[in-house]
Parts: sequence; C-alpha cells; structure tokens
Amino acid sequence: MTVYRCPECGYQYDEETGDEHEGYPPGTAFADLPDDFACPDCSVRFKDDFEAT
Amino acid sequence: MKGYTAANADGRAIHYVDRKRWFWLLSVLYPLQPFIGIWLHARTGHQGWLLLPLFLNYVLAPLVDSVVGEDTNNPPEEVVLQLDRDRYYRTLTYIVVPLHFLSLIGAAWWAGTQSLSWWAFIGFAVVAGNTSGLGINTGHELGHKKSRLERTLAKIVLAVPAYGHFWIEHNRGHHRDVSTPEDPASARMGESIYRFALREIPGAFRRAWLIEKDRLERREKSVWDPDNQVLQSLALSAVLQIGLLIAFGWKMIPFLAIHNVMAWWQLTSANYIEHYGLLRLRGDNGRVERCQPYHSWNSNHIFSNLVLFHLERHSDHHAHPLRRYQSLRHFADLPTLPNGYFGCYLLAWVPWLWFRVMDPKLLALPHIDGDLARINLDPASADAIRRRYGKAAS
Repeated sequence: MTVYRCPECGYQYDEETGDEHEGYPPGTAFADLPDDFACPDCSVRFKDDFEAT
Repeated sequence: MKGYTAANADGRAIHYVDRKRWFWLLSVLYPLQPFIGIWLHARTGHQGWLLLPLFLNYVLAPLVDSVVGEDTNNPPEEVVLQLDRDRYYRTLTYIVVPLHFLSLIGAAWWAGTQSLSWWAFIGFAVVAGNTSGLGINTGHELGHKKSRLERTLAKIVLAVPAYGHFWIEHNRGHHRDVSTPEDPASARMGESIYRFALREIPGAFRRAWLIEKDRLERREKSVWDPDNQVLQSLALSAVLQIGLLIAFGWKMIPFLAIHNVMAWWQLTSANYIEHYGLLRLRGDNGRVERCQPYHSWNSNHIFSNLVLFHLERHSDHHAHPLRRYQSLRHFADLPTLPNGYFGCYLLAWVPWLWFRVMDPKLLALPHIDGDLARINLDPASADAIRRRYGKAAS
C-alpha cells in the first residue's frame, strides 16, 4: 500500500484508506483510479503527475 | 504593524510587513454597499440614492483604479507560510459570510416595504444582485481551501447568489479545463460577452451536475441523494428566497429574479475577462499543457483587488489554486488587463470596444506573437478574425 502525493497542493491519496468522499473505497489501488483522475483538492495536477511517497 | 521574519537561502534574515493588511477590511465592508443607499434614502427621502452603489462600482472604482494605479509588490516566498498561517486573513473571509446574508435581507426588506418608483425598484434589485455577486467571490476564496470549515462556509455563502453549483464547477471543472475550447467558463477570441453568457451559464451548471453525478455514482448513490453538494447549497437558497417571499410579499418575485440574474452576471463578467482568447496548447502526447501564469489575464490595480480578496491576481491563482489571497503574486510580462475588474466589465459589455482594445493586446502577448493557432478562437468568428489578423500570423 502506497501513498501518492499531489506535487502542487500536497493532497495525499493513501491506497489503504482510499478517498471515501470521492467514491474510492479503502484498498483502491492508485493504478485503478480513472485515467482522467485529477487532484480532488487543486484539480491542476493529474494521475501521471502524482508522486509515490 | 505586524511583521514576519524568516531566513532566506543565504541564511540572512528578511523582515516583511504587509502594508495591505488592514486594507483587506475593504473586502469585508464592500458587500455592505446597499446600506449606503438605504441610509441616504431614509435621510433625504430621495430614492435615487439607492442607486449610488452603481456609481461606486462602475464610475468611482474604475476611476480610482486608474488614478491610484497598480501594486506589483509580492511577499517574499520565505514568509508566505507565516502569512498563510496568520489567522487574521482567513477570519476576514469568515466574517463577510453573514454580511452577505445581511445585505440581501436588508435590501429585500427595503425594496419590499418602501413604495419605490419602478426605476428605483429595478435599479435597487440590480444593486442587490451586484452585491450578491461579491458573495460568489467570497465563496470562491473559501471554496479553494482544504479545511472543512472553509468549504462549508463556501457552500453557505453561495446560497445568497443562488449559485451553489459554483463551488464544484469552478474547482473541479473550470480549473481543470481553463483556457481550453472545452471550458464553458473561458471566453474565446471574437465571442461577445452576450454569446459567452449563453454558453457559460448553462454549460457551467451542466458540468457541475455531471461531476457530482460521477462522484455519487462511484459511491453508489443517486444524483438526488442529500449528499449532492450542488443540491445542498441550492436547498439553502430556496429556504432563503422563499423566506423573503413570505416576509415581504409578491414584490420579491421580480426583485429576486433581477437579483439572481445580476449576481450571476457578475460572475459571467469576471469569467469573460479572466481568460479571454487564451489557450493551453495540446502537446504531441495528446495532453493539454499545464496551466501557466500566462493562461490568465491579470490585474494589479490596487483598489479593486482590495475589495475582491485579490481575485484579480488571477494568473498566480490558476497556477496555484490553493494559495491564499494575501499571498498571491504578481509576475512580470503577464497578460495584463487595462483596468481593474469593474472597469473591464464596462468594456466587456460593449463588445466592439472590448474587441478593439483586447484583440491587439491578446495578439501581442509574447507567447502568442500574432500566431492565431495559439489563441482560443470562437469558431463562429474565426474566418473574420483570420481575414483581419491573418497577416500577423504569416
């Protein structure tokens, strides 16, 4: 389980907890997020831009 | 005066004093403008005073902006963290939320209980709408933040202009798609503000609805679920406006209709001027280039920035959407508007004049340099624009 971080605003996607509000249940792998996934907080960085921490 | 001290990269101490600190109170007081009219009307008996805020916004503000001019100062990067953590600045954005409600309720009370001539009634409804348009600006500043409190306040204040979908649409839609032909909230070169409004107002609502629908589907909920954030704010608007109708009677129907449209029109005007003609190019990989400061029109005019929580420093805002208003920066060589927002709205409302002033400015931007392929062109005007400016492209 890895945490991915938005390089612009610091939003963190933790695979273990997912993001319930956004509709990604706990355990959802980052790779399984939609291809057009945009940072839920700033919307100006996309899936490819996220960095594994 | 409060200052901030930090060490720079060389280890030298830097001290910064925010000279605009107390002036940000103007953003809190400005939405109280209907009360100036009410007070003067009550004192003198002349209902024409109710329209004074229109003079304030569209004559005085552009004049003050052109006389007082621009401010290009930036806080040093080293102190930005301290500036962001200083609770004074965010407290101002909290205090103004109830004031937006007070302004609308006060204006509705006056319009509903005084016998006004038809022109004063309509004019005062326009004033109320403009003021609630400022509520969209407050909701904008609050809605970009991560804290639950600020996001909740954003949804609450957006109930005043009855524009609850803005929070979703702007953050999740407009910021993602800004300065692309796909964005209903980015104006194209050659598109008048009136045609833009017909694309922007329904387009923005549709996009907000679809974004929420997608999210709720992932959560296996219906789009009509109470968790729908667009509906939450709209429900509060309904309570507010039905309450005003019950309290002040049938006069509220035309009053609120004019108020709502004028509040939305404020946002339409801002959206129109903020990205006019600017285009993010699509790279060979099919991806649109990242939003850069030159993908927004900027204004450093001091007065209108102080009453709009620095909204006009729009280039930095789009490049870094979560940056707080007190920390937004000016950059050299940005697309620059000729006046503050209020003056530019006037210009935008007269399309031939807007095109005449702005089209040459757009073409002359360093990253465009006359190349029409680097501009977000209105398809309906593209031929006429190519005939007129095509030479510059060759």
